[in-house]
Amino acid sequence: MTGGLLNQLTFFVLAVFVGFEVISKVPTILHTPLMSGTNAIHGIILVGAILIAAGANSPVTTVLGLVAVTLATTNVVGGFVVTDRMLEMFKGRQTAGARAPGAPNNKVASEPKK
Amino acid sequence: MTIAITLAYLLAAVLFILGLKQLSSPKGARNGNFTAALGMVVALAATLPLLHFTRTGITIIAIGVAIGTVVGVVGARLVRMTAIPQMVALFNGVGGGAAALVAVAELLKLGDHPALSLAFPSVFSIVIGSVSFAGSMVAFAKLQELMTGTPITYRGQQIVNLLLAAAIVGFAIAVLAIASIPFSFISLMVLALILGVAFVLPIGGADMPVVISLLNACTGLAVAASGFTLDNFALIVAGTLVGASGSLLTKLMSDAMGRSLGNILFGAFGQIHAGATAAGGGAQSRSVRSASAEDLGTLLAYSQRVIIVPGYGLAVAQAQHAARELADVLERRGVDVEYAIHPVAGRMPGHMNVLLAEANVPYEQLKEMDQVNDDFKNADVALIVGANDVVNPAARSTPGSPIYGMPILNADQAKNIIFMKRSMRPGFAGIDNDLMFGPKTVMFFGDAKDSLTKLVAAVKAA
Repeated sequence: MTGGLLNQLTFFVLAVFVGFEVISKVPTILHTPLMSGTNAIHGIILVGAILIAAGANSPVTTVLGLVAVTLATTNVVGGFVVTDRMLEMFKGRQTAGARAPGAPNNKVASEPKK
Repeated sequence: MTIAITLAYLLAAVLFILGLKQLSSPKGARNGNFTAALGMVVALAATLPLLHFTRTGITIIAIGVAIGTVVGVVGARLVRMTAIPQMVALFNGVGGGAAALVAVAELLKLGDHPALSLAFPSVFSIVIGSVSFAGSMVAFAKLQELMTGTPITYRGQQIVNLLLAAAIVGFAIAVLAIASIPFSFISLMVLALILGVAFVLPIGGADMPVVISLLNACTGLAVAASGFTLDNFALIVAGTLVGASGSLLTKLMSDAMGRSLGNILFGAFGQIHAGATAAGGGAQSRSVRSASAEDLGTLLAYSQRVIIVPGYGLAVAQAQHAARELADVLERRGVDVEYAIHPVAGRMPGHMNVLLAEANVPYEQLKEMDQVNDDFKNADVALIVGANDVVNPAARSTPGSPIYGMPILNADQAKNIIFMKRSMRPGFAGIDNDLMFGPKTVMFFGDAKDSLTKLVAAVKAA
């Protein structure tokens, strides 16, 4: 639908630059969630998997399609859920961060433990 | 219709890029993940009109999606935070496997003598996807400790791997030249799977995150290649984004370790070298100081400033909550507490931050290496919890050491050093740490969680 090898190459080259540019600004502390997030994005292979699975009409394509769809769905779903689980904690710690740092007399005795 | 689909794919691509951008700040990171997930939903929805379902087709898609969703959700929800790196390896591996299978199916459909512009990306995707799948599974097994984390090497290993790679190139050319002989794809796939295993075997557990990151980038490229064969814009763009960002992340990770990527991949780092073993033998005769929890509790309680250096030992012992409790008890006594986070503390860059965030450690107390390194000389105590190589002065002083040149935390500059460790065993790099034998150092042996709990009680009593 996009037609032509030249178009494909254009998208490819531009995406390489965008990929580098977007990522170069991520702080170290977010590298684990980032790796996990990009990992989920390459689960887009699910689009390819359902394209081949939809037209399955022989034992070979049936098996290939079934396995490919299963693996790709695991990649997408697991990837996004596990990333969200990591990032959920970053959110939590920002509220916890409301406490002033280095204030030795802060009254944290009432803070619930565990 | 096709215009609508193309526009929807474009929207999905924009959402992926925005998502990645939002992931760059802690504030927007969670939204970034949602944005990317939304992009995925848009891309999948846009694909539906392209499908011509057979009965079998619709059934296998339903079954596959159901199984994948259950496995993905359950796996991602139940995994312990310490096991995140191997979970990412697993999810990456299945993605690579899917890319390879899609390419096989596509190549079968192309029939005899397909155009090179279609066959080449398929073959690329089969090879890279299979390498990524097999390599990720070995990485998973190493991190999950299903197999030894130390490098597995033998004489002539690199030559064997080189021959394997050459055989793959040979078969790839054969497939491209004669095409559509199922036997040749299968051979190609099997060889690529073997190469994936052989490639990761000689790499030590400590370097696994770099390998996972590299394989993540590879899977991205395999997906992009499938996009070329299927003429699918969404696959090309999303796969390439991952390929580019994953390559950059891999480089950043090896930079943080002060080593080149080539050294990590082919250096069999972390082997117990003959020299290191000899030094280890010597270590037993060198004396270390150890102290009781009570003494250490008093030392900590009457300090002004304590810097905690968490490492992988803290993660495996699930001791992040105990560490936080100790920090709280100390703060209540007016002690200034900070955490010094080495970029590769834990098993992946940022892994330690995730673990400590899970324990609700305030953001401001987490200091990155560059921020905190000058503070060590003013610290009364550097409390090293299950870290080793990241505080090894050999990285600064011993040019022959395998970790020479790696940036380290200046824990040795603190007035007192409490080194909490399970045993005298060397860290992942397989080398001794002179810091343990230093005059300012006190060893406190035991499981990190138990030891921290004892220290909490001791500080309370002091």
